[in-house]
Amino acid sequence: MKFAIALFSPPHAPSSRRALRFAQAALAGGHEIVRLFFYQDGVHSASSNVVCAQDEVDLPREWREFVQTQQLDGVVCIAAALRRGVLNDDETQRYSRTAANLDAPWELSGLGQLHEAAQLADRLVCFGGP
Amino acid sequence: MSKSLLIISRQAPWSGPSAREALDIALAGGAFDLPIGLLFLDDGVFQLSSAQQPGNLQQKDLGANLQALPMFGVEALYVAQRSLAERGLQDQTSSLAVERLDDSSISALIDRYDQVITL
Repeated sequence: MKFAIALFSPPHAPSSRRALRFAQAALAGGHEIVRLFFYQDGVHSASSNVVCAQDEVDLPREWREFVQTQQLDGVVCIAAALRRGVLNDDETQRYSRTAANLDAPWELSGLGQLHEAAQLADRLVCFGGP
Repeated sequence: MSKSLLIISRQAPWSGPSAREALDIALAGGAFDLPIGLLFLDDGVFQLSSAQQPGNLQQKDLGANLQALPMFGVEALYVAQRSLAERGLQDQTSSLAVERLDDSSISALIDRYDQVITL
């Protein structure tokens, strides 16, 4: 089955952890993930500036490694990211900011990517709330 | 044939970016000519209150964006009767042409759509 996975909650929300575990289980079960789409506070999970204590789960790092290893399409909504201070090099230059906190494997793009993923997938699975 | 998508908007307009971001999904879907439905549920029904004064909260008026829905081809607009009643808004005229649904109609509505996003 083809899944599109959307994440709306921040990295410290239990639903963010469930989203990652669901994505891992989907691949382990032989399913396909057509795209991950991070929206609302979910964009923070793509930030490379999240620092976790050594004995805590580092969800943004786990997401990054998962997307890299599995060569997934990881899209972060650009409008949601900009208003929350999650910027790649291009946007950092465009808005004259001092530092970028988003890089590969993540890509900034628009909401059309969410709609396209929902059309391509058999199931759209969303993770938000607590 | 395109899959249909129902967006359930549950947040008040001035409680953060959620209402605006739910609306943006609907408008983007409309721009791509997709079959989109939008249901205002729980505190989301506050978005339909007319004559709001967002300037007092240094906020932009969400109403203007809501009025854009029909222009973007998003005309399947619904509001939960029960959510209105719970907030004493049952007699209020809505700022947008929306169909009022009772609980069982909402259940049927969700059933009718291929996919659902709740924000």
